Amino acid sequence: MVHENSGQPLLSVEGLITEFRSAEGIVRAVDEVSYQIWPGETLAVVGESGSGKSVTAMSVLGLIPRPPGRIAGGRILFEGRDLLTVTPGEMRAIRGKAISMIFQDPMTSLNPVLTVGFQIAEAMLAHGDMGRTEAAERAVELLRTVGVPNAPERYHQFPHQFSGGMRQRALIAMAIANRPRLVIADEPTTALDVTIQAQVFEALRLAQAETQAAMVLITHDMGLVAELADRVVVMYGGRVVETADVRTLFHAPRHPYTKGLLASLPRMHERSERLNPIPGAPPSLVNRPSGCAFHPRCAHSAGRLPCRTDVPVMREIEAAHWSACHYAEELRQSQERVEA
Amino acid sequence: MTAEARPAPSGSPLLQIDNLVKHYGARGGARKPAIRAVNDISLTLRAGETLGLVGESGCGKSTTGRCIIGLEQPTGGRIVFDGKPVEHGKRAALTAMWRDMQYVFQDPFASLNPLMTVFAILSEPLRLSGMSVAEAQARVAEMMRLVGLAPEHGNRFPHEFSGGQRQRIGIARALALNPKLLILDEPVSALDVSIQAQVINLLEDLQERFGLAYLFIAHDLSVVSHICDRIAVMYLGRIVEIGTREEIFQRPQHPYTQALLSAVPIDDPDLRGKRKRIVLQGDPPSPANPPSGCSFRTRCWKATEVCAGDVPALEPKPHARQAVACHHAGVLTAEPA
Repeated sequence: MVHENSGQPLLSVEGLITEFRSAEGIVRAVDEVSYQIWPGETLAVVGESGSGKSVTAMSVLGLIPRPPGRIAGGRILFEGRDLLTVTPGEMRAIRGKAISMIFQDPMTSLNPVLTVGFQIAEAMLAHGDMGRTEAAERAVELLRTVGVPNAPERYHQFPHQFSGGMRQRALIAMAIANRPRLVIADEPTTALDVTIQAQVFEALRLAQAETQAAMVLITHDMGLVAELADRVVVMYGGRVVETADVRTLFHAPRHPYTKGLLASLPRMHERSERLNPIPGAPPSLVNRPSGCAFHPRCAHSAGRLPCRTDVPVMREIEAAHWSACHYAEELRQSQERVEA
Repeated sequence: MTAEARPAPSGSPLLQIDNLVKHYGARGGARKPAIRAVNDISLTLRAGETLGLVGESGCGKSTTGRCIIGLEQPTGGRIVFDGKPVEHGKRAALTAMWRDMQYVFQDPFASLNPLMTVFAILSEPLRLSGMSVAEAQARVAEMMRLVGLAPEHGNRFPHEFSGGQRQRIGIARALALNPKLLILDEPVSALDVSIQAQVINLLEDLQERFGLAYLFIAHDLSVVSHICDRIAVMYLGRIVEIGTREEIFQRPQHPYTQALLSAVPIDDPDLRGKRKRIVLQGDPPSPANPPSGCSFRTRCWKATEVCAGDVPALEPKPHARQAVACHHAGVLTAEPA
């Protein structure tokens, strides 16, 4: 799918800073993160644990527990409105209606003592404009849309009677119940087996086709990104380090972290003698490296001073391709050499 | 390096499993049907070889691993390791066997005692084997260097290490007494993507250096295809296909293997939509109530009457070198319904 990224973005995160108080001091989990998503688009946000990918999404949804959390700066514009300045009541009206979410663990996101169907119908009743019977009928229809067999019967069952894959489909049904304009899916298939993952992709695809909603897909699975995303945001150490359309990102990454990540993956049909790991470990947020947070692990920095002293800012390296590397241009040259 | 290029291992296998069965809850006349976690599995593993055991959660792959090392008492069958039958329930015999066979667990956060320093964790097996303090100190330092940890960090506690480092500690502990076989149960699944490759390379280096055999239990097929010489695919307590990496990944014969491989997302956006994906219907059946005949038939697009009747034998087929347990084994041609 090609997107005309013109006009107003649906969601624009601008310079977001989210901090947490901890025993070791203030931890900045999200550090001046900016990204946009346009209507109907699927944006993948990728990164490892502690990269800030989930905290950014929780900030968008107004779900950061305060204290210990605190949004210390930035704006989150949804359809032009700053979600950081709306009242809690207004936020509740937006959450679950215009913006909905799908979490990783379907067992903990469903209420064990209510039927699945009731919980889906409740999502619609909570946001007004529908009677009970109508909501129940639509809930059955939604279960069918996401591929739950025997939907009318399943409507009356409890979460424990659903398998993991079925529960995740029920959550997808719930997420699209109010025809949201944005769905935030946080690792929606991570807890599932491979063949069940394939079923859930299918359900996500159908759900998106049905609602035309934009989707923020938070994941660490590059395979899933390649299969589903239109554009990709790569996060590292609480910051965005690269954004590009999905093909550009996979074929011509312009940040050493993205490059290293792609190079480190074992591939199913190739047997290389050795994998090429990124050395070291993801940074601790309490004790973040100076300058570029990736510099201690970077194969490209070669110990150059700016990497250690200056935090690199995002620059547009080529049209719609942004990188936060002081030496992004050199990566392009090495890429061309490889192609030549 | 291909599997064919490896010298053909000779002599008797390091590990031989014959008709292993593990049922839970079968005893005491309970009303509830037994959970048939492992149903008649036979395998061999040669010295220095890596055998992958793959399948989805509940297929019995970890139970198999735990029966082999003696953490679970099998309901039936025989396990012979290094020429000696594994004596389940006999503590002294098991302890002796554990010098040569060790287990590495998935979760490096849960499998290390948080109250023990790394030195204490790593020296414990050495001390139990009768080594003196001075010898143990030297050996611990050597093991830490071997797995890429700084020996001077021996006085730290597990929580002071990252996930990848903790998994290295788990591997070092397993290597302490120079074992012949490591059972690696999802050893990289809990690690960040950029760290997984480090640990996989480490495992390959250690194998080369010490001639270790690995039983590699995993659900991530990309990792398995990289590290394993041979692969056994499990479904609902049985092996449905077993062969070399090339046989399984290039020419899978069992419909379940084919579906499993096609479900793996490929990290190349150019292939999006160009690959035929088999989306299986439904979930795996409960091991408490498996279908008659072939246990995969309820989700299989090739299933016919014969599949409901007879359990297909795991045997080589005329057109393939690997062993397949399917009445309709064959390369993927027909469109799944």
